[in-house]
Amino acid sequence: MIEPRIADTPPPVDYEVQPTSFLTRSSGTVSKGLTLLAVIIIIAMLAVIIGNVIYHGASTISWDFLTSPPENGMEAGGIFPAVFGTVALVILMVIAVVPIGVLTAIYLQEYTRPDSKITRLIRIAIANLAGVPSIVFGLFGLGFFIGFVGSGIDSVFFDSGRPVWGQPAIIWAAMTLSLLTLPVVIIATEEALRTIPAELKDASYALGATKLQTIVRVIIPQALPGILTGGILAVSRGAGEVAPIMFTGAAYYLPYLPSKLNDQFMELGYHIYVMATQSPDVEATKPILYGTVLVLLVLTFLLNIIAIVIRSKMRRARSHAG
Amino acid sequence: MSHFEFKPKSKIREFLGEKIIFLSALSALIVVLLIFVFIFKESIPIFTDPEVQQEASIDKMTFQQQYYKDKPPKWSWQPNSEVPKYSLLPLALGTLKAAIVAMLFAVPLAVAAAIYTSEFASSRFREIIKPIIELLAGIPSVVLGFFALIVLATVIQEALGLTFRLNALTAGIALGLAVIPIIFTVAEDALSAVPMPLRNGALALGANPWQVSLTMVLPAALPGISAGVVLGFGRAIGETMIVLMASGNAAVISASFTDSIRTFSATIAAELAEVVFGSAHYNVLFFIGSLLFVFTFAINLGGDLLLSRLKLKLQGRSS
Amino acid sequence: MQDDTANSPTRAMFQVNQDGKLVGTGNKMKTRNVNFSYGSNQVLFDINTDIREHQVTALIGPSGCGKSTFLRTLNRMNETIPGTKMSGKILLDDLDIYHDIKDVSTVRTRVGMVFQRSNPFPKSIFANVAYGLRVNGVTDKDIVEDAVEAALQSAFLWDEVKDKLDVSANMLSGGQQQRLCIARALAVRPEVVLMDEPASALDPISTSKIEELIRELKKKYTIVIVTHNMQQAARISDYTGFFYQGVLVEFGPTKMIFTKPSKKQTEDYITGRFG
Repeated sequence: MIEPRIADTPPPVDYEVQPTSFLTRSSGTVSKGLTLLAVIIIIAMLAVIIGNVIYHGASTISWDFLTSPPENGMEAGGIFPAVFGTVALVILMVIAVVPIGVLTAIYLQEYTRPDSKITRLIRIAIANLAGVPSIVFGLFGLGFFIGFVGSGIDSVFFDSGRPVWGQPAIIWAAMTLSLLTLPVVIIATEEALRTIPAELKDASYALGATKLQTIVRVIIPQALPGILTGGILAVSRGAGEVAPIMFTGAAYYLPYLPSKLNDQFMELGYHIYVMATQSPDVEATKPILYGTVLVLLVLTFLLNIIAIVIRSKMRRARSHAG
Repeated sequence: MSHFEFKPKSKIREFLGEKIIFLSALSALIVVLLIFVFIFKESIPIFTDPEVQQEASIDKMTFQQQYYKDKPPKWSWQPNSEVPKYSLLPLALGTLKAAIVAMLFAVPLAVAAAIYTSEFASSRFREIIKPIIELLAGIPSVVLGFFALIVLATVIQEALGLTFRLNALTAGIALGLAVIPIIFTVAEDALSAVPMPLRNGALALGANPWQVSLTMVLPAALPGISAGVVLGFGRAIGETMIVLMASGNAAVISASFTDSIRTFSATIAAELAEVVFGSAHYNVLFFIGSLLFVFTFAINLGGDLLLSRLKLKLQGRSS
Repeated sequence: MQDDTANSPTRAMFQVNQDGKLVGTGNKMKTRNVNFSYGSNQVLFDINTDIREHQVTALIGPSGCGKSTFLRTLNRMNETIPGTKMSGKILLDDLDIYHDIKDVSTVRTRVGMVFQRSNPFPKSIFANVAYGLRVNGVTDKDIVEDAVEAALQSAFLWDEVKDKLDVSANMLSGGQQQRLCIARALAVRPEVVLMDEPASALDPISTSKIEELIRELKKKYTIVIVTHNMQQAARISDYTGFFYQGVLVEFGPTKMIFTKPSKKQTEDYITGRFG
């Protein structure tokens, strides 16, 4: 019979556990306090900016302000053309960016293995597209859309010397912006696609559906909240970017509203930039300037908040289903 | 049992559908390549056209040039003067100054806030902080530039008694505001991704939460935090509107951060409107754009590599 | 007179079922030398089975033994996962489903599947059941409506949902959802129905409803079910196959497997020596 062996107890060691020193104990509170301070500073700065804009801009906001055109060299009147131009711009942008972004996300999730070469290449491209400076997009819009595509169309379809498509136009600005916001849509859609349980797709395949049918009938409907989030974030981003549209179609004052795809347009962000830097009388235009900033800020924030709400609802639903 | 008339699947539809999806997916790749090609294309004359090289060659853009017979050689960016000057150094210096100010301002704040959010904050507070940071990220850069130009510049000038209202410091701080959300998000992700067992082990040995954070969590999350800093730096280098509106737009070489500056991005934005198509100035602006593209490409690649290494490290540990 | 061993050649046999109808009990499906790997990891080794028509065949074995993987080869569902390799023959009425039938949809409409956790689409009850018909090109409203009702009847669900066909499927209870998924599978009128642990996520009452359903369904369909619940297998199946670590250790009539297993491993598993 084998006796179970009890391990030998180690010999007693000659030490004492030191009580935690004051420094150690208090360093916890100090560090907690310092890092909390950082959070508070950041929130405070945000509050200051928002507060400043609301304080100076709220009095300018009125229905008239939003619906009438500017007067008297931007010292009076409203910003309706800029609002209109911004809306038209982002609508065109969304039409271009959402389909391509969604299809890209579907390809990455449904058609490839995560470690395949083409997937990695595309992901590197997306990550880098997200980091390209906005002015570089503006240069590209100028050099490619206006200088290459637009000029090309002109030389093929039009014979006159004057450029028709080879000039700043709302369509080129919208296309430039759609390149800039492409990563936003792709990432948001991918996040939604990842939440779709494999069992749902399996059920579809087991009934004889093809991959395309499964994508159209099951996957895309299920991913709709994420696609919506992506679209909203793209719009929010697109409405705020100025550098890409400076040379591709935005103008400071136009006596007309854009009605054709190759018209120029006024836009909120561009309006703010020019008014802030090139007004002959800064003090006189300040109220309008602040009002315009407030409108843009409210627009962007509203869109962002809606997107955040949709996204958190989606994440909560996913954690329940999982 | 009667069988239905099941229609056979249209192979053409499947094939076409798959091809369309594949081509769309290639779009991101194609766009990146196109951007590089078309921007670089317009800067090629700098390398090939001797007429352009009279004014702006790589040599002329990098080294001090003697522009006037009776004056010493210098670096200067003055494309519109009688003797066009295309030194890139003042612009590079300006870009760096703004970026440095931005990082010095943003990194401590963002990393500290990330530490608080992931290590100390209650989950309810976390649900408040993160959307607030997202809101900060959502502020258009033109609004930040506006704020810097109209409000911040005056405040700083009066507080520090500066000569130039618009300078590297002012623009840099506003730039920092734009960069904080990027660093915060990535750093906070990295910190919260450090697995609980690691922390619990240290806590069980009697360490207080700060010790745990400092000695265990922070080092583990360092690749992720570094990635956030790198990505933030990339943004600081390339950002346009804030510096365009708040930096003074003076291509000056100086050591002081309270002097006006000119950055690469602002140069393009400010001068592209009046440049003559196809001129040397035009080529140089596109060349600067290519530089920006390559720099930010490299910086972002570096940041992403750091992030993927972090992911691998964490997967290895938790598996 | 029925053959007991899996490796015997097919012999068409007939018997009279409860309704007094002549029902074939030949081999609806056969697998020969099936080997299957996920990438370089082989999980099924030389599986040979005969699936008898209008009978319930149960596949039992400890978790991870490959029975679910094998089930998925029977309707080519393994092809939805990239990087898998299959060799061997799987025959449906003497047609190799991998090589003789070009369109995988044809295989899957003839061999249907019900999954372990009910997975209704986030659509209405009607749309769920009609899904299989619609993706296969049946658009006539009347045909679809009749087929949906018939399928829900077959799944013992019609009475409970006939007044709320437009309600979202997620509103149903767990047991009802699983019967909905069965109805959905039956709507395309398959010949074989594969069930992967159909009642493992359900309470005892719902489970017995499903088992009763299975007993009824085998009159019209051929059923193969995977289950980790041996008592269930003993209750409802006619044939049982015991899988262990990717090998089909023993296959035969359920009564034989459970009372006089010929392999010791089978006996050990059945008597609970390992799980």
